[in-house]
Amino acid sequence: MSATVSIPTILRTHTGGEKQVKAEGSTLQEVISDLEANHPGIKDRLVTDGALHRFVNVYVNDEDVRFAGGLDAQVPDNGTVTILPAVAGGR
Amino acid sequence: MLVIRRDLVEEMVAHARRDHPREACGQLLGPEESDRPERYVPMTNADDAGAQGSDYRFDSREQFAVYKDAATRDEETVVVFHSHTRVPRRPLTDSGLPEAYPSVKDIEFMGLQPGVHFAIVAITGPDSSYDLRSFLLDDAGEVVEDEVQVVENYMFSHTGPNDIPPVAPLG
Repeated sequence: MSATVSIPTILRTHTGGEKQVKAEGSTLQEVISDLEANHPGIKDRLVTDGALHRFVNVYVNDEDVRFAGGLDAQVPDNGTVTILPAVAGGR
Repeated sequence: MLVIRRDLVEEMVAHARRDHPREACGQLLGPEESDRPERYVPMTNADDAGAQGSDYRFDSREQFAVYKDAATRDEETVVVFHSHTRVPRRPLTDSGLPEAYPSVKDIEFMGLQPGVHFAIVAITGPDSSYDLRSFLLDDAGEVVEDEVQVVENYMFSHTGPNDIPPVAPLG
């Protein structure tokens, strides 16, 4: 099970500048573990205390995983995982 | 420096006024790596506290749709915009407007988008004057103000030494 992961500018230091990388896994959790194996340090930028970090949005195909099971979201074979910086502010 | 067309500033200000007292938010897209904003996309403020006019957050699904559309046009986010409206804790400037300066939370999120300009429009009401300022994070993560240059169009704006035509040799 292989997915294509789109990496935002801020995390490309972990992927040698690559905008897209391949990762294995059938859930988002597994995909992130595989990313970490090949691009050390990236997991800490995505996950904190066992949940997605509030600074990132992650989409599997066209769905925001916060509405699709979070780290347990299913990633279909040849699926796409897109990571975007969350945009927020105030207070 | 943020060089921006006047009509795009007017769109941001109009959005800030329309949504007041909620904070308005949006983004300016432009060709990849151009640093040149070409079109304004208003975004839905999905933050619950936005109803009190204090916080903003892009709706994540809408953000993804805009991102995908931009990618097909080889565009990227050049400027993230939000408004500052009058809330009790926000300092007022000498001109009576809310301070157009990033909050602690603004700065936390700015750190995720290196190179992106963060523009803030401060207003006190739908008919008030406004203050527009822009900020960036430097490599050390410090907030630096980004001088805003408003132009009628980009064709005649001075963008660098390469725009100066060479002087023809005499004789």
